[in-house]
Amino acid sequence: MSISRRCVLTLAGGLLLAATAGVQAADKKITLGFAQVGAESEWRTANTQSIKQSAKEAGITLKFSDAQQKQENQIKAIRSYIAQKVDVIAFSPVVESGWETVLQEAKAAKIPVILTDRAVSVKDDSLYVTFIGSDFVEEGRRAGKWLLDNYKGQGDVNIVELQGTVGSAPAIDRKNGFEEVIKAQPRFKIIRSQTGDFTRAKGKEVMEAFLKAEGKKINVLYAHNDDMAIGAIQAIEEAGLKPGKDIIIISIDAVKGAFEAMIAGKLNVTVECNPQLGPQLMEAAKAVVAGKQLPKRIVTKEGVFPMEVAAKEFPNRKY
Amino acid sequence: MKAETMPQPARFALPAPLQGLTRRRLFWPCATLALLLIINGAFNPNFFSITVKNGHLYGALIDILNRAAPLMLVAVGMTPVIATRGIDISVGAVVAICGAVAASLIGGTLIIQNGTPVYVSQTPMVLALLIALGAGLLCGLWNGALVAGAGMQPIVATLILMVAGRGVAQLITEGQIITVYYEPFFIIGNGFLFGLPVSLYIVAAVALLMLLLVHRTALGLFIEAVGINPVAARFAGLNARRILIMVYAFCGLCAAIAGLIVASNVKSADGNNAGLLMELDAILAVTLGGTSLAGGRFSLAGSLIGALIIQSLTYAIYSLGVPPEINMVVKSVVVLTVCLMQSDSFRATLLQHLRREPR
Repeated sequence: MSISRRCVLTLAGGLLLAATAGVQAADKKITLGFAQVGAESEWRTANTQSIKQSAKEAGITLKFSDAQQKQENQIKAIRSYIAQKVDVIAFSPVVESGWETVLQEAKAAKIPVILTDRAVSVKDDSLYVTFIGSDFVEEGRRAGKWLLDNYKGQGDVNIVELQGTVGSAPAIDRKNGFEEVIKAQPRFKIIRSQTGDFTRAKGKEVMEAFLKAEGKKINVLYAHNDDMAIGAIQAIEEAGLKPGKDIIIISIDAVKGAFEAMIAGKLNVTVECNPQLGPQLMEAAKAVVAGKQLPKRIVTKEGVFPMEVAAKEFPNRKY
Repeated sequence: MKAETMPQPARFALPAPLQGLTRRRLFWPCATLALLLIINGAFNPNFFSITVKNGHLYGALIDILNRAAPLMLVAVGMTPVIATRGIDISVGAVVAICGAVAASLIGGTLIIQNGTPVYVSQTPMVLALLIALGAGLLCGLWNGALVAGAGMQPIVATLILMVAGRGVAQLITEGQIITVYYEPFFIIGNGFLFGLPVSLYIVAAVALLMLLLVHRTALGLFIEAVGINPVAARFAGLNARRILIMVYAFCGLCAAIAGLIVASNVKSADGNNAGLLMELDAILAVTLGGTSLAGGRFSLAGSLIGALIIQSLTYAIYSLGVPPEINMVVKSVVVLTVCLMQSDSFRATLLQHLRREPR
């Protein structure tokens, strides 16, 4: 029980810090109001850190709020930023819809709005300046391209795919991007594809079944995120095969666990889905205040990390 | 009037020795399981092959047993609860809590010493496991107190923990997935003893203990009595309240053990997804095993078979190459069919129609 109490305390402490961080420093700098979704995942906490850090580095005053995954909290935060007359408002919308009114208010107050990581669906796209975020289709394409460029074996290549949660945008896009690229070479074939719900447990369970059904025929595993790949690696090892050698494994996200697996030689490559949007957001904020035109869509800078660079890259990973 | 004609068709349909068999309570669950295994075998020629790999048995059947272990445990815990006319929908959350408690206490930090990774545990493992089991027991006692003490409807009482429990699990994991690096912890969900998964021995131990308690002592009768008529049970001198608290506590404990197996199996704890919707699978397993949600008579063996049915079905979906978009549809159609086949009146009506048509 003492653990949960400790967690509550750290959480409360974190919120307090987040609240006070916004109050400091007030010379004539750009002020950015950022309404974060919450702290629901490792990815998200890395995202928050990146934004806070790069605001400091760029000399931008950051007002930061945590919406705890609730839209009404985000709307409240955005309204308070409008009242405080910040220079730029940025936020990661919790959900896609229901933003018209508050964005209209920002527009009326002549405060530019930047979206990060997730998009909104509004009829009038002049309500926001730009959307900075990952392109999931491109991530799928990169995974496919790495495979075509680096697969050394001859003959047919049998691929099994672990999909993300059925119907989620990353699952659909990562599947389509990957298929689009491997279509170029008909010897690459997806023989099995099933959802692993983005979790380790399901990834492992489905991979076990694939291994029993297809046995040694499987040459390549493509997982829509690192966690499923990590689960599948355990299944492959238990089947007496060598992950990374007997079965080439490609995944997406580039979280810490993936790097540990790559250092151990069990994962071949991970395509980054970068939460470090901070620097690009600060650049965009400065450009907007300076009156420059920005493209409607800014794609995050993302890398592809094969096994060979993992050990070198590991100390630099922030998430 | 209908009741007179109903038993007749069954007599036409099956030869006499089989007839007695179909009346056995475990006949339909067993038949369903056998059918699912045959379907698996028909589509996947390697299905029944069991080989020895790394000194333990390896094959699809072993996978199913190993995967079904957490569900079997939760179903065994759920059975007495349902027999008392109750229900516990918080088991999924309890699975998540206990996995999170164990994983965060054990943790294990990755230290790279001279280029070789070394892992250390934070709390002695036995202590961590006991605390996790204690947390599960506490969850069960809480449910029991709400149902028996405060007299709340079981579904509402356990709904509280179902919703709050996931929050608690996420607080413990701080919203992250906690990876465990401490090797001995992996034995629970990944280890093998005499060729069989350790998790199976755990299930067997819990199930045997419960079977002994139920059949060798009066406990089974007491539970059924409370389920059939709590007022009558009280007048007969039973402490219904104590029995209720006991069954919920046992259910929480079973969920806790399941949580340890789940966490150990994937070497990590995920407050968000561990045991998600497991309560529904457990209730389904219990009903497939022939225990009525209306309380009263129950069958622990039936619940175990029910859990195996669900896992074989899931396995069939994976290995048959069903597109993921329609997984749930396939699952629900099979479950519907199984439930219909287990219903006496449906079978009678069906057979009656079949008998008429050829004429």
